[in-house]
Amino acid sequence: MSQTPIYTEYHPRWYRRRASTYWWLRRPSYLAFILRELSSLFVTWFVVFTLLQIHALSQGADSYQRFQDWSRNSVVLTVNVVALFFVIFHAITWFRLAPQAMAVRWQGKRVPAAWIAGPNYAAWALASALVAWVILKG
Amino acid sequence: MAKKSLEPFLWTLFSAGGVLAALLIPVHLLLFGLAVPLGWANPSYEHLLAVLRHPLTRVYLVLLCTLALFHGAHRFRYTLYDGLQIKHLNEVINVLCYGSAIVGSVLTVYLLWQIP
Repeated sequence: MSQTPIYTEYHPRWYRRRASTYWWLRRPSYLAFILRELSSLFVTWFVVFTLLQIHALSQGADSYQRFQDWSRNSVVLTVNVVALFFVIFHAITWFRLAPQAMAVRWQGKRVPAAWIAGPNYAAWALASALVAWVILKG
Repeated sequence: MAKKSLEPFLWTLFSAGGVLAALLIPVHLLLFGLAVPLGWANPSYEHLLAVLRHPLTRVYLVLLCTLALFHGAHRFRYTLYDGLQIKHLNEVINVLCYGSAIVGSVLTVYLLWQIP
């Protein structure tokens, strides 16, 4: 490194082999990553489903009955079951990442991961119970 | 230039939507996607409409739907970016992803606004 480097106006390019389009099939952890990312589609589907439901509710009882018949359709049911799996996968991976995203220190030491993940799961249970209570109490 | 300064904001929307989606979407889908269609639970139309009419419910649904849409758009954009490596279509993908999130958000506000 004692030599003076020679600069030219040409930038040498590194040789980079292009990864296969199907790189995510190579390992289970890669596949889990891409499945987690694909949960975005099912989150979006949930919003579409909810907007259809809000629209049906605001149009009257008949309209809501038609929405309910539609949601009993086996295709819609299947999509919702798959979507449920994906959003639960999203939730679990999200809460498991939380301790890594939030580096909380107490008395100079990193707080154990369970101290951050734990309250997240508790909040999940509490929020779910609250939503279920509001929807089902009537 | 403008896109660079927008990126942290988009990541914030992604995280906020991610938290709300993780906490709330599973129970919503379990109830309305599965339990109600299969007859395990049967909340009445009048009750659901009354809940929907409440201002707090409307604020809650606007936040949940819009942030979930931006969360989904942002993550799907990166799914295409990493998964399919179609980086040359970046501009088109950005417009389609965030564009549909904006359209969806406007629609959400409109639908919740016009409830009788």
